[in-house]
Amino acid sequence: MEKTAFRRIAPGAAVLAALLVFPHFVKGSFPMHVMIMTFMFAMLGVAWNLLGGYAAMFSFGQAAFFGIGAYTSTILLMYYNVNPWIGLFAGGALAALTGAAIGIPCSNLRGHYFAIASIAFAEIVRIQFNNWKFVAAAEGLSLPLLPASLRNFMFHTTKAPYYYIMLAFLALSLLLCRYVSTNRMGFYLRAVKESHEVAKGMGISFVRYRLYAIMISAFLTAMAGTFYAQYILYIDPESVLILPISVQIVLVAMLGGAGTILGPVIGAAILVPLSEYTRVWLGYKGTGLDMMIYGALIMLISAYQPKGVWGMLTSIGKRAK
Amino acid sequence: MTTPCLEIHGITKRFGGLIANEDVSFSVGEGEIVSVIGPNGAGKSTLFHCITGFYRPNEGKILFRGRDITKYGAHRICKLGIARTLQIVQVISDMTVLENVMTGAFLRTYRREDVRARAEEILRFTGLHERKDTLGPDLTIADKKRLEVSMALATQPTLLMLDEAMAGLTPVELREMIALIREIRERGVTLIIVEHVMEAVMELSDRVVVINSGRKIVEGTPAEVVRNPEVIQAYLGERYHA
Repeated sequence: MEKTAFRRIAPGAAVLAALLVFPHFVKGSFPMHVMIMTFMFAMLGVAWNLLGGYAAMFSFGQAAFFGIGAYTSTILLMYYNVNPWIGLFAGGALAALTGAAIGIPCSNLRGHYFAIASIAFAEIVRIQFNNWKFVAAAEGLSLPLLPASLRNFMFHTTKAPYYYIMLAFLALSLLLCRYVSTNRMGFYLRAVKESHEVAKGMGISFVRYRLYAIMISAFLTAMAGTFYAQYILYIDPESVLILPISVQIVLVAMLGGAGTILGPVIGAAILVPLSEYTRVWLGYKGTGLDMMIYGALIMLISAYQPKGVWGMLTSIGKRAK
Repeated sequence: MTTPCLEIHGITKRFGGLIANEDVSFSVGEGEIVSVIGPNGAGKSTLFHCITGFYRPNEGKILFRGRDITKYGAHRICKLGIARTLQIVQVISDMTVLENVMTGAFLRTYRREDVRARAEEILRFTGLHERKDTLGPDLTIADKKRLEVSMALATQPTLLMLDEAMAGLTPVELREMIALIREIRERGVTLIIVEHVMEAVMELSDRVVVINSGRKIVEGTPAEVVRNPEVIQAYLGERYHA
């Protein structure tokens, strides 16, 4: 018994330990950047998974929440001098409210229709920001430089603090996702995924649980958005609100395994380094190549392995037993 | 006089020009088993959906323990204590038997351990405990029907409605299902069953309501109903009318 418990915990603990010491051994700025982006997309994938993986609400509009998070904290910081940590929660709250506002009229939409509605919603947000003087429209916003400190959520000479903050955000998202998926809400979302009729027949208000899912997902996605703004220190609609971001989020979760807790992490660990390194190796000649690879991956996953890499691993694991 | 479990007053349900139910009234007492029978297309399932809140009747009133539930949504009606199984079995396909039943049990309990214990207790009661780790779609028809009954029971209903729970069962499975329904009643649950299998109807029902072309034609004990000329006519047609 003890041995099996050890075996279960050991791989996770080893990976976590390796991740914690990683910045002490790898000093290069680019590998650190790739790791940070991997964590960020893993977190975004986990947030998407609550919608798409558990409740079959295939959102292709997560970039809207990401952008709302990035813009809210940045605007609050620039115009009102509000600490980014407060901006983080303000952005999350605003994204959750926006999610609810869009979720109510969409509460009966399923499958493709929900996906289309989510794309339309995200594009409206992008076009709005692209033309909105208050947020500097298409010019974008450069964040004011503050002294480097955890309090200011800003560091200039090293990426290590960003690395740890994002790792903590990811861990938080994973814990939240695990809690949700193993308790009432997770069961209810899976019932909603099966059919609204089944859900209603078991006393489940599918409207309410779908809203909860959207709001949690939007909140987490906006947190990552604020992080991104604090990390890159420059945002514009092209970098935080465009459709390819939404697509990459979907892919991360689908490739790794939709509806599983760790799936999106595996998906991000495969996809993000792939896209970052192809961009570096191929430079501008390779622009669009990562998108072609994504497209091919989407087709392969949906045709052969709807459960993603995690599904593949678990079925191999079961056979080995 | 005590309030009946369910009172149906003059339910009419139209789909465009089609009248599926017309002025149907009857009531069900606490602890009773009432069967609703009638030829195919008589409007039994429509009535069923009106009671459980999946359809809203155009006219009439439905009272559950004295409370008007006519305009309530399906999930609220379930929460009040009316559960149902459907003609075409619906289970959550990517869940195991146990998880399916747990989903139902989450309605009244939040703690996962309590929910699990409750679900396991129900599975022992319905005889599905050995199959608790099987995925829903991998069950046989009879076990799927049991699973759906288990899911409904998990929501702790005071009124359980079964739509053709006996259709397509082998004679042995039929005996088991009849026994199970009896035990459910002994636990204090009131039952309405919509059924074609007359053997089960005759054996289980305290009263039978017969519906034809959307209207209630007869109501009575099983023995009264099968002797009724209108019922014989509805089932066998004009020519065989005695």
